[in-house]
Amino acid sequence: MPPVLELREISKAFPGVLANDHVNVDLQEGEIHCLLGENGAGKTTLMNILYGLYKPDSGEIIVRGEKADIHGPNDAIARGIGMVHQHFMLVPVMTVTENVMLGVEEKRNGVFLDRAKVAKRIREISQLYGLEVDPDAYIKDLPVGTQQRVEIIKVLYRQADILILDEPTAVLTPQEVEGLFKVLRSLVEKGKSLIFITHKLKEVMNLADRITVLRNGRTVGTVIPGDVNPEKLASMMVGRDVNLVVQKKVAKPTDTALEVKELFVEDERNQMAVNGVSFEVKIGEVLGIAGVQGNGQTELVYALTGLLPVTQGKISILGEPLKRTTPRHILERGVAHIPEDRQRHGLILSFPIHDNLVLCTYYKPPFARGINLQQKKIISNAETLIDQFDVRTPSIYIPVSSLSGGNQQKVIVAREFSRPIKLLIASQPTRGLDVGSIEYIHSRIIEKRDEGTAVLLVSSELDEILALSDRIAVMYRGQIIDIVPAAQASKEYIGLLMAGIHPDEAAKAAPVSSGEEVERVF
Amino acid sequence: MSANKEPEKTKARPSLAKMLGGSAFQSLLVPILAVFTGLVIGGIVIAVTDKGVAAAFGNFSADPGGVFKAAWSAVATAYGALFYGSLGSPREIIEGIRIYQSTGDNAAFLKAIYPFTESLVTATPYIFAGLAVAIGFRCGLFNIGAEGQFFIGALGAAYVGYSIEGLPWFIHLPLAILGGGVAGAIWGAIPGYLKAKFGAHEVVNTIMMNWIAFRLSDWLLTGPMMSSGFRPVTPNIQKAAELPRFFSEPLRFNWGFVLALVMAYLVYWFLFKTTLGFEIRSVGANPDGSKYAGMSVVRNFVLVMVLSGGLAGLAGAAQVLGVDHWVGQGFSAGYGFDAIALALLGKSHPLGVVLAAIVFGILRSGATRMQSMAGIPIDIISIIQGLVVIFVAAPIIIRWLFRIPGETSDQTVLTRGWGK
Amino acid sequence: MAEKTYIHGTSPRQRMTVGAILIVFGVLMLLLFTPGTEAGQTAKFGMNLTSSAAIKIPDIILPVQTSLYVLSFIVVFLGAFQMARGIRSPGALFGIVAFAFVAAFLIWATKGKSLSLIGMLTSSLVRATPIALAALCGVISERAAVVNIGIEGIMLISAQASVVAATLSGSMALGLFVGVLAGALVAAFHAFLVIRFKVDQIVSGVAINIFATGATSFLSSKYLQHQGSLLNNSGTFPIIQIPLLSKIPVLGPIFFENNLVVYLMMLIVIVMHIVLFYTPWGLRTRAVGEHPKAADTLGINVFFVRYVNVIVGGMIAGLGGVYFTLGSVGRFDEVMTAGKGFIGLAAMIFGNWNPIGAFTSSLIFGFADSLQVKMQILSVPIPSSILAMAPYIVTMIVLTGVVGRAIPPAADGVAYEKQ
Repeated sequence: MPPVLELREISKAFPGVLANDHVNVDLQEGEIHCLLGENGAGKTTLMNILYGLYKPDSGEIIVRGEKADIHGPNDAIARGIGMVHQHFMLVPVMTVTENVMLGVEEKRNGVFLDRAKVAKRIREISQLYGLEVDPDAYIKDLPVGTQQRVEIIKVLYRQADILILDEPTAVLTPQEVEGLFKVLRSLVEKGKSLIFITHKLKEVMNLADRITVLRNGRTVGTVIPGDVNPEKLASMMVGRDVNLVVQKKVAKPTDTALEVKELFVEDERNQMAVNGVSFEVKIGEVLGIAGVQGNGQTELVYALTGLLPVTQGKISILGEPLKRTTPRHILERGVAHIPEDRQRHGLILSFPIHDNLVLCTYYKPPFARGINLQQKKIISNAETLIDQFDVRTPSIYIPVSSLSGGNQQKVIVAREFSRPIKLLIASQPTRGLDVGSIEYIHSRIIEKRDEGTAVLLVSSELDEILALSDRIAVMYRGQIIDIVPAAQASKEYIGLLMAGIHPDEAAKAAPVSSGEEVERVF
Repeated sequence: MSANKEPEKTKARPSLAKMLGGSAFQSLLVPILAVFTGLVIGGIVIAVTDKGVAAAFGNFSADPGGVFKAAWSAVATAYGALFYGSLGSPREIIEGIRIYQSTGDNAAFLKAIYPFTESLVTATPYIFAGLAVAIGFRCGLFNIGAEGQFFIGALGAAYVGYSIEGLPWFIHLPLAILGGGVAGAIWGAIPGYLKAKFGAHEVVNTIMMNWIAFRLSDWLLTGPMMSSGFRPVTPNIQKAAELPRFFSEPLRFNWGFVLALVMAYLVYWFLFKTTLGFEIRSVGANPDGSKYAGMSVVRNFVLVMVLSGGLAGLAGAAQVLGVDHWVGQGFSAGYGFDAIALALLGKSHPLGVVLAAIVFGILRSGATRMQSMAGIPIDIISIIQGLVVIFVAAPIIIRWLFRIPGETSDQTVLTRGWGK
Repeated sequence: MAEKTYIHGTSPRQRMTVGAILIVFGVLMLLLFTPGTEAGQTAKFGMNLTSSAAIKIPDIILPVQTSLYVLSFIVVFLGAFQMARGIRSPGALFGIVAFAFVAAFLIWATKGKSLSLIGMLTSSLVRATPIALAALCGVISERAAVVNIGIEGIMLISAQASVVAATLSGSMALGLFVGVLAGALVAAFHAFLVIRFKVDQIVSGVAINIFATGATSFLSSKYLQHQGSLLNNSGTFPIIQIPLLSKIPVLGPIFFENNLVVYLMMLIVIVMHIVLFYTPWGLRTRAVGEHPKAADTLGINVFFVRYVNVIVGGMIAGLGGVYFTLGSVGRFDEVMTAGKGFIGLAAMIFGNWNPIGAFTSSLIFGFADSLQVKMQILSVPIPSSILAMAPYIVTMIVLTGVVGRAIPPAADGVAYEKQ
């Protein structure tokens, strides 16, 4: 049988990067085809080409045996191609119905929106595929898992039979992932064909009919899950053998570095996002905070670093309660912060690298004398640090915006680690990075721990939490519902907690401890 | 493929070294061509609105060349008057020097350089006001209120200048200058505080402050600050408060210009060589990142609006203490709005602002003569300025017009919606 | 961006502070307005316009001192209540206090005289018209995420273009058409700069304002001033009384006895509300303003939506320009818009980017404007220039968000980058 979709010899270059280099992928009818590759391998670029968001430099797209010219989403939609984007394409202040009908509105009297008719269709689709959602709910009030269902409904509403899902599991709990896989399998049973993009090996082994591996914009090969093991796939992805386990010694916690008592924090829209959280982090240990994105982790970190005001509660650093929660006051107490949004918070993108490396210390000797900046010291500091932290750049004078994501993150790490610190708060420290950078940053964090720093790690990647933490706290709806030693924690148990299941219930449903060695993340 | 892997285009680092260094030509090219294109379009406006051209156009079928001749003559007359009125005539200047050397009489020389000194006199408040807007841009703030701050600064300086008697000049003059600066600073601080405290957008608020300044001055000039007489003007300032002039009447060229240059250097040093300037530029480039790094975004907003208002106030002070010696209604005459064009043209760099201010000083001062000689309303300059702002903000238009290859993303981005 | 502020007085300390301020304010009101009043003095507020009104309703005659005491007491009481219990809705609190203050001020100003309240409300609507049109231009553009700060300039150009066209042709309709067309053209230019070339939207708007001020003043001093009767003398739209509706007491003379521009403005408010919230175009517009990428991935042409909305906005602002000349004085004067375009933007923000909200907040500004004019007529012992600051000060207060903060469309002011 001819494939429903074929991508032939697709190439696409961005300034300085060859994102796709003669890539070939084909999709059979009724299969789930996984596109596997690490961050930056060119998966999303390829799919954006297929969906008409990018124009390929060369190559052709063949849909159901016919060569297709896809110049924009409209062409893709017309050919039955639908895409669920990694970052949801939903308008938060609109309802589910409005989001679904956008662009293909039903009309009453030829003029007015017919919301009722669309809502009815949405209910039908929900039933057919088991995608439960309230058509009248506002997107901003829905949890991410439900938002993803809306995205899938959007695609099905447009009667797509080729579905592209870009990293759909990144924001889900392990149980939600299972639920999603069930939906995807039912879609395939009803005749849809799926391209599933991911960088997570395990998912691929579970879900895929076939796997195509991309590396540095090239197709490495297409395999069937039964023929390969995870180690083989990993080396195909990265291009070398990778050690799947993070090397770390048993933690030797000493004094308490951070103590949080009954903390309440409101988010930017004045909603209570952190609801009475208490915990402590000791010097020499990594406390990981697990949880589905949007359960108050961001606001917790913002409050700890002074970016959001504390509504109520107490924060103590090294035994001393914080009196003022301004960022500078906190920084000067020996706290380092790797922010979750590195371009928004961590860097001044238009500033040169050397200025970014003194962003938190520019006002103190040796970088300033009185109000005079000491340019020579700032330069020599930058030269030392880019060497020491392996930042790959042609010069320290270029704007930091021209670096790759991994190198930008290294600039932040270099800056934060070069100060004398007692507490490191790392939020999503490896999001969107390639494997090399991930390995580097992980080893630096563990190194810091062993040097006598307390580490608070926040990540929505459960594997990352499991790999690095000594203890794991799970956050759900602004509360920490349990803290467990990492050595014993089983992924299933943590996953249930992340979904808001009470610890007692969760312990009945899954073993608290798994006892097995934890796999490294990508 | 994550978006941050695609290398973003390098934004030019706005340093003095770069402006003077290898790419000085590139940096200056767009502003120069922007002014040039503005003048060309201004010329078209002059030609189109000219009576002679209209007459020749009525005769188009008989003498098609006549239209172009008439147009050329209209534009040449107008711009001839403009440049003669702003730069003077080289021949007269050389002649003046010769007479001075042979007879020791400098009258002819002074008469010859009068137009150019007048341009520098006009450029003086422009430098201050341009710096005011530029320092705001550096912090991501758009101060459209330089106009009101200028006016209020002038009133402040005038009040200190006329109300106190019997002080020696070395006390009275600095005091009067300070009066102008402080008055402007207060006028700038209000929208700055409202922005910092409530996130109220400074663009609308500074404009409101302009109108309030105009109304306030209406009241002051017809009431508390009115001189004895019937005209709504302040009394003349004391001799001791005047900025000394370099030459005798009618040349008004004075120490204000030197003061402006010194201030430009100070602003440069402040912005690029101090920790405070580092903070201001950082907040302007990325307020969230600056907050993360421990800077107070709010404090910087207020600080910059105070400095910006203060500089605009100094512009008013320089005008009243150095040139007019009193303040009347309509005193500000668009200086504050011209300052926006200046700051953009000078790429918010003090040196660029000084150069742009001198160019605008030449245009503005020549336009007065153009109005009297060629009957072109002085508002033509505002038309040219509006165009220059557009061209500087959209260099892509200039690059396209003149087929210059180069970065297409070389955009000026200053503001982000409504103070989010 | 601004550091976190508790504008709604959530903390107990802030509750006490706000309450205390209110009590002081109430007492100040009493101290400010009662001196000089005499017992038994009254203030008369006319409720009928002499011309129309089939049904006359009685004028309101208030005893000055008693009214002032009552109003001050209301404010003090609110303050005490706020201190003791806290008031949920800061908007309502602010509204009542503002009303009490304005009422006290009016009673004080009218003491021993009479003031036509209906006349003042009518002139509020008329004076609100250009502000509302500017605000509506802002709403339609910014709902598609394009900030247009050049409204002031557009109105100037349209004002001049329409009066010249009407005078030359002798046709008011042509004048209206030319004014609206001019608005569309200038807005199209703005749209082109910010959409095609991604010029900073504020800079482009400011450039339009500088250019418009220069160009209209240039043409004015070159032509209009010398040949005023030939070029700058159009006459104004007549007042049209709507049958029946204009006979309704109070509302009739205010809303249904106006000229064409005022009616068009009210019509646009209604139509824009329906289009934005009940039609596909409105849905797309809002999506483009909130999340252009989402709209793009669904095949909506983001640029097209933005062009259309900005140009339609320009036509509305053009109508606002027509108001100044054909709708008001029948003549163009330099810089006659006097900041109304910017006040309109404040009205848009205060109205939460909704057509109806923008209209009602424009009425507040119109009221402030008409108040200062009436006060001059009543020869209140406050200099007229100080009173003339009122609309500008009200604008600044509104922008602080003390009365409840508005949330702009998420993508407002951001150029859309199509990959």
